[in-house]
Amino acid sequence: MNVLEFSLVLWLGSFAAGGLGALTGLGGGVVIVPLLVTLGVDIRYAIGAALVSVIATSSGAAAAYLKEGYTNLRVGMVLEIATTIGALTGAYLGSRVFPTSAIAVIFGLVLFASAYLQMRPQPHSPPTARAERLADWHLADWLRLDSTYPTPEGPKSYGVQRVPLGFGIMYLAGILSGLFGIGSGAVKVLALDQAMRLPFKVSTTTSNFMIGVTAAASAGLYLRRGYIDPGIAMPVTLGVLPGALLGSMMLGRARVRVLRALFAIVIVALAAQMIYNAVTGRV
Amino acid sequence: MEQPRHGWTDHEVEQFVGNLLRAGVLISATVVLLGALLFLFQSGNALPNYDKSRGEPETLRSLSDILQDALSLDGEGVIQLGLLLLVATPVSRVAFSVLAFALQRDRLYVVITLVVLAILVESLIGLH
Repeated sequence: MNVLEFSLVLWLGSFAAGGLGALTGLGGGVVIVPLLVTLGVDIRYAIGAALVSVIATSSGAAAAYLKEGYTNLRVGMVLEIATTIGALTGAYLGSRVFPTSAIAVIFGLVLFASAYLQMRPQPHSPPTARAERLADWHLADWLRLDSTYPTPEGPKSYGVQRVPLGFGIMYLAGILSGLFGIGSGAVKVLALDQAMRLPFKVSTTTSNFMIGVTAAASAGLYLRRGYIDPGIAMPVTLGVLPGALLGSMMLGRARVRVLRALFAIVIVALAAQMIYNAVTGRV
Repeated sequence: MEQPRHGWTDHEVEQFVGNLLRAGVLISATVVLLGALLFLFQSGNALPNYDKSRGEPETLRSLSDILQDALSLDGEGVIQLGLLLLVATPVSRVAFSVLAFALQRDRLYVVITLVVLAILVESLIGLH
């Protein structure tokens, strides 16, 4: 296989990953790394390439979401302190501390967990009014986080709850992002929706808004260490970006339940392969 | 939410940030694509070596190295420049937010945004 053929294979795989990631809402980053590892790429170069593609797709989507007016910029800015510090921690652990086989095994286990969670119906708490503050030491008031979101009946206001808990979960999301090269949007939505009780659409758009900055924080470190290789990151980025664009355009028409099941199977297969390779000393 | 008396409204900031992100992604993807064509033209027939035998890279990549390679129209250098622009896109969004909050005279959020910007700069340049 020469460089041209290798690039084409990576491009096709990344295109499919970007499309499925956008359609299922899980993001393409999750399958990019195990896919590249299966194709024989060193896991740290795979993470570097995945991080760059995550920045591309989330920034592109954020541009569209911002026009709709759901994204809460202040909540995003405050929590980005947690995700970027977490991302630096994760990137440091991934590029300096953990051996590649350990990253592969832990990532594989995280993928199993996310495939399982994906198959379950998502729990979702209704947003609460600003009057009933849950454990937050007046942080939501001090930081002026409460806002409104558009509804057919006009703007509706919502209150933000449990800021410290959300901050802590976001730090964890940052670590996962820097360690595995994923956007960790699912964990971010968990913090915003479940812990901080933002309306669901505000949670998903604000999570996506934060993913680019989080990934940029770890990408900087991978770039300086030389783990963002042009030959690998190029086909991945150029594949994921149009794939995600096509996926998001097909969102209304596709059978998402079937696709989610399919995507979960792909994730489990790739995760199993990656763990097997790590245990047998091939990662 | 209360409208700020100075500078942009929150809505205007959102619109500008959206356009900034879109432009950043479009420009960097175009540069990566141009680099890809050069790269595949220059070394499409070579054999890739992306497995673990490659191990640790010998040198740390600096901004001036990347610019030098890109200016000499080396395919890999041009791709790297495009990837750098992509990483810089969210960073420029944060830098713009500092300015927007400053114009709104929102000191608290100027500080919060500066903290995020400092972390990003530390990651990209490495101050220690």
